[in-house]
Amino acid sequence: MALYSEKVMDHFRHPRNVGVLENADGVGEVGNPVCGDIMKIYLKIDDDRITDVKFETFGCGSAIASSSMATELIKGKTLDEALTLTNKAVTEALDGLPGHKIHCSVLAEEAIKKAVQDYYDKNGIPYDRSRFPDCEHCDHCAG
Amino acid sequence: MIYADNAATTRMSKAAIQAMLPYMEEAYGNPSSLYAFGQQAKEALEDARSRIAACLHADPREITFTSGGSEADNQAILTAAALGARKGKKHIVSTAFEHHAVLHTLDKLKSQGYEVTLLDVHADGLVTPDQVAEAIREDTCLVTVMYANNEIGTIQPIAEIGAVCREKGVLFHTDAVQTVGHLPIDVEKENIDMLSLSAHKFHGPKGIGALYARRGVVLEPLIRGGAQERRKRAGTENVPAIMGMAAALEEACAHMKESNARLLRLREKLMDGLDKIPYSEVNGDRTHRLPGNVSFCFEGIEGESLLLLLDDKGVCASSGSACTSGSLDPSHVLLAIGRPHEVAHGSLRLSLDASLTEADMDSIIGAVTEVVTYLRSISPFWRDLVTGKRPHVFAE
Repeated sequence: MALYSEKVMDHFRHPRNVGVLENADGVGEVGNPVCGDIMKIYLKIDDDRITDVKFETFGCGSAIASSSMATELIKGKTLDEALTLTNKAVTEALDGLPGHKIHCSVLAEEAIKKAVQDYYDKNGIPYDRSRFPDCEHCDHCAG
Repeated sequence: MIYADNAATTRMSKAAIQAMLPYMEEAYGNPSSLYAFGQQAKEALEDARSRIAACLHADPREITFTSGGSEADNQAILTAAALGARKGKKHIVSTAFEHHAVLHTLDKLKSQGYEVTLLDVHADGLVTPDQVAEAIREDTCLVTVMYANNEIGTIQPIAEIGAVCREKGVLFHTDAVQTVGHLPIDVEKENIDMLSLSAHKFHGPKGIGALYARRGVVLEPLIRGGAQERRKRAGTENVPAIMGMAAALEEACAHMKESNARLLRLREKLMDGLDKIPYSEVNGDRTHRLPGNVSFCFEGIEGESLLLLLDDKGVCASSGSACTSGSLDPSHVLLAIGRPHEVAHGSLRLSLDASLTEADMDSIIGAVTEVVTYLRSISPFWRDLVTGKRPHVFAE
């Protein structure tokens, strides 16, 4: 059996929405180079809706595929809808990830949330902090 | 497909396959059986032992067949530890970049009260005989230093380290899994007391290897049972695999000079080509390395995605990235030579064999250059390096 599903390989080989959005309304970056994965999500937001999204990823095949899939899942959605995206939904949309790669889908979920949070912060929009990842105390990269 | 992962395993040679077949189809007797049909297998087995011994300049009685390199490493270390414990000597000297078959065995001994000193291998991936001499104590029972590293290919000064150990009266083992069949070895001249080898690294079959142990070093059996291998390794001998191993080793040793001359040319061409990729660096000393080993780190990318895209382009290679090592940390070898984590994640090992061509090197250079450039173009880490937000580790 191959390491990854066909869906993962498709999104890895042909990532959707890859690139940078100049003048993005919200930018979220998670991970760090020491752990070997960084995801950066750029959002264009109009009237509370994600009208465009791009990503850049430094990481393994599943990290690139997870970011690609996550951007597909939130494109055109309202911010509220985007905030309900879970890593589980990303994993399922990819027809599954190997156990030790689940953290890639977690990074994708968190990168999106951080981008939305960045948009809220920049525009002085109040929000419920508990809906966002606590990167200060995240142990993802403890190793 | 361009297979450039010969340090992982190799294609079996035709000679090795041919040598195995008669011992599966015809002379399939058990070497322990009394009748002539069994003794026919026994004779073949002993002939193979002599031929393998000859390639190492050893005596046939000094060769014990094992299931491969890992078992040989385990047995060598546990033997020295048991011998040491009887004399109250429970200190072992090794290096930080050994194979896990060595490191994990040493970990087990540590949990049993042994002390282990792991020598620093420096940026060039080499230990010095002086380091070994300084690390040896009154209670040292073993020095174990790999002959050539499996990831970065650097070749250690084994004969000199052996001389230090001989002078100090300490047993010396070397994991020569990557070296046997690739470099000339003379256990006598190089002062080696124990040496591990594995057939599938030199175009022999998988699942077979050997442990050389100098006369007088009484091996501790890991597997108990029958009286095979002079009671040092129980279990019916894998005669076909042993015949394949002997044939592969003889062939490798007979053609070593031409093969290595060819490999050196290919290696230099490949390294020169990959050097042109900006912000990349060779891992380990450029010249004191196995003729077929090319190991690089590329800034701003991650190894697993590099390997997957190279696979799409028909190139089989390996990496020491965390994702491919199955842990959170990248390869201990790259960390041992001082590569920072973020650079070690972007590593690539290409290990060649003599069947490859100059045209293959051009294809590999083209494929790696293209994939590294692409992955950098989508990497936010690379963007940070280019824009000066994070500092480069390598020079352009």
